[in-house]
Amino acid sequence: MDVVLSQLVAGISVGSILLLAAIGLALTFGQMGVINMAHGEFIMIGAYVAFVMQGLFGSGVSLLVAIPAAFLVGGIFGVVLEQILIRHMYHRPLDTLLATFGVGLILQQLARDLFGAPAVQVSNPPWLSGSVQILGTNVPLTRLFILLLVVAVVAGLAALMAYTSLGRRIRATVLNRNLAETSGISTRWTDRTTFFIGSGLAGVAGVTVTLIGATSPTMGTSYIVDAFLVVVAGGIGRIKGAVIAAFSLGILQAFIEYSTTASIAKFIVLIAVVAFLQLRPQGLVSVQTRSLA
Amino acid sequence: MSQSAALTVQDLEVTFGAFTAVGGASFVAEPGEVHFLIGPNGAGKTTCVDAVTGLVRGSGRVTLGEQEVLGRPVQKIARIGVGRTFQTASVFEQLSVLQNLDIAAGMHRSPWSLMGRRRGVEDRIRDALEQTQLEDLWDRPAGILSHGQKQWLEIGMLLVQDARVLMLDEPVAGMSLEERNATGELLHRVKQDRAVVVVEHDMEFMRSFASRVTVLHQGTVLSAGSVAEVQADPKVQEVYLGTASMTEEDAAQADAMAVQTAGGPHA
Repeated sequence: MDVVLSQLVAGISVGSILLLAAIGLALTFGQMGVINMAHGEFIMIGAYVAFVMQGLFGSGVSLLVAIPAAFLVGGIFGVVLEQILIRHMYHRPLDTLLATFGVGLILQQLARDLFGAPAVQVSNPPWLSGSVQILGTNVPLTRLFILLLVVAVVAGLAALMAYTSLGRRIRATVLNRNLAETSGISTRWTDRTTFFIGSGLAGVAGVTVTLIGATSPTMGTSYIVDAFLVVVAGGIGRIKGAVIAAFSLGILQAFIEYSTTASIAKFIVLIAVVAFLQLRPQGLVSVQTRSLA
Repeated sequence: MSQSAALTVQDLEVTFGAFTAVGGASFVAEPGEVHFLIGPNGAGKTTCVDAVTGLVRGSGRVTLGEQEVLGRPVQKIARIGVGRTFQTASVFEQLSVLQNLDIAAGMHRSPWSLMGRRRGVEDRIRDALEQTQLEDLWDRPAGILSHGQKQWLEIGMLLVQDARVLMLDEPVAGMSLEERNATGELLHRVKQDRAVVVVEHDMEFMRSFASRVTVLHQGTVLSAGSVAEVQADPKVQEVYLGTASMTEEDAAQADAMAVQTAGGPHA
């Protein structure tokens, strides 16, 4: 029983990191349909923002400053990328994939030039050292912080999409571009804003992963595949789906990991997702409407 | 309510490569009138609406009151008061009826007020729900509405976005006779302070509800005037009777149209 509980807690922790990496992608890929391979590098940029902030403010408050700063920096990178590259390639997913992959490599090199190739260390703030007992399991405070942050981010994003005019505009633009425009919505402005938020969230994810791992120029590549996996398994365009998928994959991985090794677990999870998508290509959550078109 | 204004289309031309879809069409849609654009398939009716609303590029001159329409981006044209519906009922299927109307109502809001939560239901949204008989369905996803209800919701969206001219592309396609009459009456209620332009194939509907008719043929205006005038025009009779691709039903309608000289109840 203890084992089940502790693996469950570990799984939720893995799931929360998966979700953080994927939530921005759920907007840019899930909602807008843009395959942005540089999303992982936006996570990396967020991590380096945390590193820079640590240099400026010391490791006590830097984390709290770094989160909004990384959102802003990630968002700005996103808008620039959208403005100069992606907007010319809407409806050309393959070209977008290749071009943004190239951008990702450029950003990695940029990080190497600025900060050096070896990984840098962002030390955890003192108020996050130690752990608490949850269900008889020791949970490091850093993991708990990530979980709480992801809950806050998802709740904020869900509220934005459901209750604000901006959320309605984003959804309207996704659902029917022409109708959105004839309803007076500037779809260009909406695209830019959506991309800003999605990329900004990647930046936030970057800050939080500094709490559990090293910060290096190539760190983004280890998150990008998982992030796409979560969005596709969850059902494209559905934030709820991404949430369920992230935690399911996290828990699944934690349990398999307990009986084998991390890489075997990863392998089995991948196979499971492929099999699942064969049975249910639309993902976990899908939408049904009655439409003539 | 912003001031009502006439939509004036002068020498509108739309070309797709070497093909001329609209070759110099002109008409004026006055507030208080339900102006029908009719013509055989491929006459350029929908292309006219697409050009006026900015979805395709057109040349010529289009004004709404004093304001130039052509050359502006689509959402700007919508904001100066040109609203339209689409041939296939187009609503935001995954959003509720109320959210659909909210999007239309939010058109004149500044980007900075977008983060606010909605407070209550605005009067004009309530009014539009009532006009389109969708009061009881306000919280349902628009995707589950019947085809006819979706078309009414489209019109409701134009009402809340305060459109000064409503351009409706086949608003009664696929509707029952009862629904058609309800739609026609709705159009005559909303025309009071707006211009209404209707693209339509249904001759019976046109006869019953048109204030003025412009007949397009191969991208140009073949005839214009009241229902009676247009029906009496030999050129119109020829086009409608002489088109080889016409279905039997169309032919019967055109026959009836050629014979009947008196206009419908609203003509």
